[in-house]
Amino acid sequence: MSLPETPSQTIGPFFAVGLIWPDGPEVVPAGTPGAVRVGGRVLDGDGEPVADALVETWQADPDGHFATGSGGFGRCATDAEGCWAVRTVKPGPLPAPDGGTEAPHLDVSVFARGLLHRLVTRIYFPDEAEANAADPLLASIKESQVRARLVAAADGDGLRFDIRLQGDQETPFLAI
Amino acid sequence: MSGTHPPLDFPAYRSTALRHPLRPLTPLPHRLTEVTGPLLGEGRVGETDHDLTAQHGGEPLGERIVVEGRVLEADGRPVPDTLVEVWQANAGGRYRHDGDRHPAPLDPNFSGAGRCVTDAQGRWRFVTVKPGAYPWKNHDNAWRPAHIHFSVFGRAFTQRLITQMYFPGDPLFAFDPIFQSVPEGARERLVSRLDLDVTVAEWAVGYRWDIVLAGRAATPLEDEDDDR
Repeated sequence: MSLPETPSQTIGPFFAVGLIWPDGPEVVPAGTPGAVRVGGRVLDGDGEPVADALVETWQADPDGHFATGSGGFGRCATDAEGCWAVRTVKPGPLPAPDGGTEAPHLDVSVFARGLLHRLVTRIYFPDEAEANAADPLLASIKESQVRARLVAAADGDGLRFDIRLQGDQETPFLAI
Repeated sequence: MSGTHPPLDFPAYRSTALRHPLRPLTPLPHRLTEVTGPLLGEGRVGETDHDLTAQHGGEPLGERIVVEGRVLEADGRPVPDTLVEVWQANAGGRYRHDGDRHPAPLDPNFSGAGRCVTDAQGRWRFVTVKPGAYPWKNHDNAWRPAHIHFSVFGRAFTQRLITQMYFPGDPLFAFDPIFQSVPEGARERLVSRLDLDVTVAEWAVGYRWDIVLAGRAATPLEDEDDDR
């Protein structure tokens, strides 16, 4: 049996009515060893902030395991400046089926008014140069400048990852 | 995405213009992060979260309705214990949101947000009022057909879905670029149907709508989960 899949629709401008969780951006509690702020801005093709986007993250724990409960998931709506952030820890590397290893990463979904389907991307870590060089997904992106856009940048105490929906510095989005 | 989902670039829906990527998408193989997902629900759902008519001191105005359905995988298996979140306009077509400038009244007895977790058969059920149609600024005299927004997680990152449920026979379908953005053969999947088995006699009309998520590849990791 194969049932027809339900189509996607835009999240629209008013999702804050239903989808805001006060603890959404806290993947780990404050004070967790290794906790780091990962965030940035969501920008449109004119470089203007997208003030009505919802960013969700999903990841393994530092040992490379996935939680059986709600752990590992983050959700943050952008503010008037297009800013989002979650507090999390760096996940462990993951085995790939072909014997390779995936570098530590977060899977990211971006929803917004004007997006009829979510956009998916990944965030890699800047202090993992060796693992990133061996990561199968990163390796599949041939242009090094484009590949580099999937790696967050050190920014004070945290990591910065801007999501550019369109334009010269467009974030590489992934077909899932 | 052809066949089921709307394109990201859909000029009739103006907000897509500056928000759709121009570069081709890079294929993401389904590895561990993609075939897993959060199991949300516990502690996130309160007693009246499934009943949008019972969240205030009095009942909201409008046509009381029951909306019920299942979350399923493409192979027909139900998705149990998964969080379903909804939000909607009130009966007058107004959202409880600062950005909604439609000059229709807010209803002090209606917030328009609901949550529930599916049961062992993947079933969910909400009691609410039928949302009104409302105008938007996409084009001259633009009106959204009545709809309820749905957010569903499923079992895997690959299955995450946010969509909208519509009501049968809405004359605004033909003029709504968001509804029309879905390929023709798939649009009807977004339309609920009147169901007398969901209807509660002398109390509320019932609509049924099943949500079918993308299939997911079986992996050794999932087999372990199934054995527990």
